[in-house]
Order: sequence, then structure tokens, then C-alpha cells
Amino acid sequence: MKHIRQLEDQSVYILREAYKNFDNLAMLWSMGKDSTVLLWLARKAFFGHVPFPLLHVDTSFKIPEMIEYRDRLAREWRLNLIVGQNKKALAEGMNHEKGRVACCTALKTEGLKLLLEEKGYTGVILGVRSDEDATRAKERYFSPRDKNNEWDFRDQPPELWDQYKITFPPGTHIRIHPLLDWTEINIWEYIKLENIPFLDHLYLDQGTGQRYRSLGCAPCTTPIQSTAKNVDEVLIELRNSHVAERAGRAQDEGRGMEQLRKDGYM
Amino acid sequence: MMATETTIQERMNIVIVGHVDHGKSTLLGRLYADTGTLPEGKIEKIQAICRQQGKEFEYAFLFDAFLEEQQQGITIDTARTFFIWGGRQYIIIDAPGHKEFLKNMVSGAARAEAALLIIDALEGVRDQSKRHGLLLSMLGVKQVTVVVNKMDLVNYREDTFQAIEKEYRQFLTQLNVIPQYIIPASAKQGVNITKVSPETPWYTGPSVLDSLAHFHLETARDEKALRFPLQDVYKFDARRILVGRITAGQLKIGDRLVFSPTNKSASVRSIEAFNIDSLPTQATAGQSVGITLDEQIFVERGHIATHEDARPLVSTQIRANLFWLGNRPLETRRTYTLRLATREVPCEIVAIHRIVDATNLDDRRTQSTVLRNEVADITLRTKAPLAFDLYANFESTGRFVLIDNYDVAGGGIITELVSDEQEDFRTEARERDSAWVKGDVGAEDRSLRYGHRAAVVLLTGPDTTAKSFLARKLETVLVAEGRHAYLLAAENLQRGLDADLQDTKPEEIVRRFGEVVRLLTDTGSLVITTTNAFQQEAKNIVQTIQTLVNPIPVITVHMTKDQAGPQPDMDLIFAGPEDFDACTHQIIETLKQQGILGESNGSQPAVQFSI
Repeated sequence: MKHIRQLEDQSVYILREAYKNFDNLAMLWSMGKDSTVLLWLARKAFFGHVPFPLLHVDTSFKIPEMIEYRDRLAREWRLNLIVGQNKKALAEGMNHEKGRVACCTALKTEGLKLLLEEKGYTGVILGVRSDEDATRAKERYFSPRDKNNEWDFRDQPPELWDQYKITFPPGTHIRIHPLLDWTEINIWEYIKLENIPFLDHLYLDQGTGQRYRSLGCAPCTTPIQSTAKNVDEVLIELRNSHVAERAGRAQDEGRGMEQLRKDGYM
Repeated sequence: MMATETTIQERMNIVIVGHVDHGKSTLLGRLYADTGTLPEGKIEKIQAICRQQGKEFEYAFLFDAFLEEQQQGITIDTARTFFIWGGRQYIIIDAPGHKEFLKNMVSGAARAEAALLIIDALEGVRDQSKRHGLLLSMLGVKQVTVVVNKMDLVNYREDTFQAIEKEYRQFLTQLNVIPQYIIPASAKQGVNITKVSPETPWYTGPSVLDSLAHFHLETARDEKALRFPLQDVYKFDARRILVGRITAGQLKIGDRLVFSPTNKSASVRSIEAFNIDSLPTQATAGQSVGITLDEQIFVERGHIATHEDARPLVSTQIRANLFWLGNRPLETRRTYTLRLATREVPCEIVAIHRIVDATNLDDRRTQSTVLRNEVADITLRTKAPLAFDLYANFESTGRFVLIDNYDVAGGGIITELVSDEQEDFRTEARERDSAWVKGDVGAEDRSLRYGHRAAVVLLTGPDTTAKSFLARKLETVLVAEGRHAYLLAAENLQRGLDADLQDTKPEEIVRRFGEVVRLLTDTGSLVITTTNAFQQEAKNIVQTIQTLVNPIPVITVHMTKDQAGPQPDMDLIFAGPEDFDACTHQIIETLKQQGILGESNGSQPAVQFSI
């Protein structure tokens, strides 16, 4: 498990760089396996404390177990949890039937922008990984966004060794990606190694021959055929699988992801 | 389709570099396709897009993610991709070959432990083949395998391959790089990629895939002397934890650590951790750790902890090889921020000795600026003493980046310490401090009682600018507030301590003065003094006192009658002041801002001590 500890050391270093160099810092937590591992790494980095708020952008379409799990961990781990929602778009009846990219843009991207604006956060820590999607493979650990939260992927700052871009003109928004080098398999290896509490009712087969591999909104996330009933079985399944992790996530189809991410999607 | 390995023992970062259009992304795509590492349907999906856009399918499209990359047929930014082979998880970093995107190539290569360098058999060795080779050696990537690609376009001719091999091997030798293998291949046709193919019967080495297993993971770092650059100091609960990443060597509980460049020392009391049954007793290179110390000493981000017998070098001048990525050229006499490990310090380029030409390493061209994408041999001077190592001895503490405005604009590796005029004083201070006999009362005890840390306020400037007048006024005000302040007039040393000295030894007079200031600061006092008694140029005096009292802060106050001319680099400058009460107030405010003075006597000082 040496390679997992190397990943852990690197992510902890990045989290501490973020905490040292940015005020108005927050971490996004979607209760999925990745952002929960990220949260766990923050507790590692800061010795059981999480010295910044956790943001959840609630689309109102999440699976109910996710909300229960969120509130339970927030209590047990004494987290400063802040929940945001694009109430205006919801009041106007936004949902996935109006188009998946449109729905994601309104409820997630816009929802996040609204929350960041309202609270004045300029640094956001996210659990995105390179192996999820080809555009995420080109991210930096510290990635600036302009004031509209847009990503200029043509002109990304250099990252030399472990020297990141940590100085910015006032007003720059910055996204921090401590999990970039982790793969889906690494995430599960770490969950097992550290015994991290996760949404086992959703991520493991409960006897129906199905489980979720990636969690999103209920209408746009479909479970996969799987009989994996524990983490070991998940690992075996993943090592023999050739299906993309986000295959069950509808918004990734076509060029959806590049456009979404350019506009500020996570 | 081959079966993929199931258990992972280790992971390794490999970068693919080379001239634009020599086939880096194609090689990568082929490697993934032929090892069965691609997700199901990925090739079919890209093939469908190609059909739709009416162009031929290319393996490169698998990783050139951006629409713009696919339309132009080039890689713009580094992509990280993953595959597992032979018990190892590889992260393959596909770096762009176009000169325009060199900063992205450098970002990719800086993360790598080994490199595949691709050369087009038809085009041969080109500019970026060489430039990338040079940058790999500067970035510390020592393991290189060269792939001579597109052999199908030269009918797999052995003599064509040998000519390229000879030319490139010669070039790498000048950089002290010995390639592990030089492999003839065709990524497009799948020749010598995952297995050795019959098209090159004269080739006896491994395939590209098999050559990966011959790259070794770096292991020797923890056998070196300890280097532990401090990242931050935490006080979330009762523990005061010093955090950072060990970049070389090991530390264990009970080890005596010395922090450079301040020379403060203490022992490791504990190694802290979260979610662990029993706390570790030692930590090693690569680990992000947190430790507590047994003594109350002032430490902060940027200090480098080592063992006492193997400290880093300290100077204000270094010689380095630097590659420049900034949009503005690098110039002498402009201030940049140097960041080495976690230490940031302003610096200036003193000299540009030569520009290193990647295509002709013997060239000795000199010029007054370093342009974007150029490599240069330079000397630079930092505004405060810097703890560092030579790159040949320690990688992480032997390299640095330069920040121009807000951007990381260049990276360098340190080749030499350049002695500055403070060298002797620095040695004296270090030896004196490590032999210092301490009482039971520490600096924190004194600062808690006095409501301030020890510090020096040094007034400089030409004659008759009322330095003494302001110094006396400052002492009076501080003592009236209940502070332990003392005005030390250098003249008072002349007939006592310096009675054996003639005026011909100004350096010794300054040295003794500095040592007296050092003693007074050890009592926890705020020492106020002026440069009135010295004939020497004021700059040297300021530096000498800073060196001798290090790490006690020296607040420099410059007084002048000249309101217009260029001003020296001081904390405060008073040009022809009339209101001395206001000047006094400003100095006191500066002391507060720097965390030296607490709000009032007896209050908690703002200073952060580490236990």
C-alpha cells in the first residue's frame, strides 16, 4: 500500500499549501466517494480538524440517503457545513427534462457560483480526478478561474515540482485539486485502508445485483450491474472492468463535459 | 487483448516528450489500445467522431481532449493518463511538443520519474528533441528511453536508425544523461510498442512497453541527510504542530533539530498523526508529517530543519542554471520573488553569464536579458539570507522557482554558493549560537512578561538628520509605556570594550557592536541604536548587525534630508521630518504590525512560538 501513502502525502501537502496561502477557502463535498476521501484527507492534514467550511450545492434531486449521511457526518465530525441551492432556477421549474446540460449548468454550476458569491469564497477545494474525464486529465493542482469562474485551458500556469501557483492578483478565483493523481481504484484502496465511512447502501450491491459506481442526481445517475457486496469485491470488479466510471452519468455524453467545465463546472 | 494486472505494488510517473508531430500522443494511444487499457467503446466513439468530421482515425485523438486540440492535431496541454502493467501503476504524462506550449511540457516533465523521448525517424533530431532533452536533465529526470518513431516511413532501415541514435546519444552525453534504451518503433503500425516485431530483425532490445519495467523508482532519498522544510505551524488544540514534507533523510523522536537560516534548535518531542493507533516514532523522506518540539523556539514557514552535523548552506548569493517561461524577459536589476521549498524571499539577478543554446551546448552567447523558453547560467542575490543546498547533493532544496508579478515564471537548479561579505559573521553567529549556554528562562517567558519580543530598531542616514534625537524620543516613549527598551549609543563602547582598538579596524568595531546588540536582545529588550558612530557605508553595518542578531528582527529606519532622490530599501523612510512625535508613532505601529509589540504591556504578544 506504499503507493497509496504516497498519494496521501502529496494530497496532504497540497491541502496544507491551500490552507496556508488562501483566505476565504472552502471545500466542496458531494458525499460521493471522492469528496469524502478528500474530506478525510483534510482531517489527516489538520489532525482531526477541518479548518474551512464544507459546501454542498443541493440540486434537490439528490438521493435521500445522501442527505442523511451528510448530516450525520457533519454532526459527528463537527463540520462547518454550508448548503446552497439555486432556488430561483428551481422555482422556475428547472429539471433534467429541460436538457441535461442546461439542468447541470443551472443547478450545479450556477448554484455553486451563487453560493461562492454570497459567501465570498475565492478558493475552492474539489475532489476531481484525472482519470474521470479527458478534460480533467489536463487540470493543474492549483487552477485559476476568472471572475466569471471560467477556465482558460489554453493558458494554464506552470507547476514546477511541488511549487504551485499560490500568488494571485486580488479577485482571482482558484480551484484546488488535491486528488488529481488518484484513480478510482486508489480511492477504494484508501477507503479500505483507512476504514472511511461511505454510502455503502448505494455503492455496494444490496442483493438486487446493482450498485452505484458514481453518485449524482437521482434522475441522471443509473446503477451498474454488479454483485460487489464489499470493498474488496468492488476492487476486483474495477480491476477487471473496461467500462468508464462516469458511463452512468448522463451529462458527460458528447462534448457536454468540455463545455460544462469551461463554464465553471466542477 | 491482453489481461491487465490486478494488484498494484507501486506507482510511477512517466512523461512522453519530443518535437511537435513526432508522434507522442499516437504512441500513448497505441500503448493503451494494445494493452487493453482503454474503456470499452472508447475507440469506437472516437472513430465515429472522425467519420462524422470526415478525417482519418488517429490514436492521438484518444487523449487530445480539447476540441481545439483535435481540430489542430496538436496537444496543447499535458494530460495525465493511467494504466497498470506488471504490478505497477503508471501515470503517463503526455506533454505537448510545440514550442509555444513549453511551459506545459515543463509542468508535465517536472512531475516525472522517467521519460520517453520521441524522435521522428524521417525528420530526425529537431530543436525540441534537444530542448526537451536539456530540460529533462535540468528538471531532474535522469532516466530516459528514446523512441525513434515512424520507422515505417523509412522502411525500417537500420542505417537511418543508427544515424539518429549516434547523433542523439552524443547530445545526451554532454548533459550527463545515458539513455536506457533507444528503440526503433512505429506507433501507427504498432511495431515494437507492446512486443518486438519482425519488421526490425536487426533490433535486439525490448519493446517500448517492456522498457518501462526497467525504469527504477527513486529509493535513496531517505539515506541522505535530513531536510525538513517547514510548511506551517498549527495550533488547533493544545498541541503546537510543525508541519511539512520531509524532502530527504529521516527524523525520529528525540532528534536534535536545527532550523536554518535562524540556527534555532530543539528536539523532536512527538510525531503527530490522525486516525492511527499509536503515534509513529520516526518519519522519512516523502512523508507529509507534523511534529512537536520540546523547547520554545521561534520557527515559521520557510525554515529548513536538519540535524546539527549536516546543515544546509546559507548565503545571499547563488549561481544557478535557470529556464525562463515568463512572458516578460528576465532582467538584471528587477526584483523577483524566489521560492525554494517553502521559503519565499525577494531577489535580484546580479549577472547573466551565458545563454545555454540547446541545439549547440558549447555556444557561449551572452546577452543582457533571458527570453521566454531560454536557459541561462546566472548569479542572483537574495534580500535575506537563504538556506539551500547544491542541486547535485539535494534535489528539493537545491532548486527554486522565480515568481514575476504573480506568476511562476522560471525554475532553476543551484550549481554554486557565491560567497558574500557576510560569510565570516554568519559562521561566527552560528558557532556562537550552537555553543550558547542557556538559563531556565526562555525567550517566550520573557516576551509573555514584557509584552513584546526582542527586536532592534536601527536608525541610519547621513549626518545631522536628527537620528539621535528620534532614537532618544523613541526610548522615552517605549519605556513610558512599560516596555523594556534601551538606547545603545555605539560611542559608549569606544573607551571601554573597544579601548584596545584603533580607528583603523572599523570592521572589528562593527562586529563587537553587533555582539553587544545580540547580548541585549537576549535579555528580551527592544534595542534602539543608530549608525552615527560608524564611518563605513551604512549598508554593510545594517547587514552585519542583521547577521549577528539573526533571527531577531531588525527594523531599519532611514532618515534623510533628500526628499526626491532614490531611497534605500528600509522598513521606514523619513525624508526631512518635522513632526518627530508622528515618526515615533509610526515606528511603534511598525513594531506592532510585525508582531513584536503586544497591544499593551502584559498582554499576549502576537508572536507565535513553537513548543
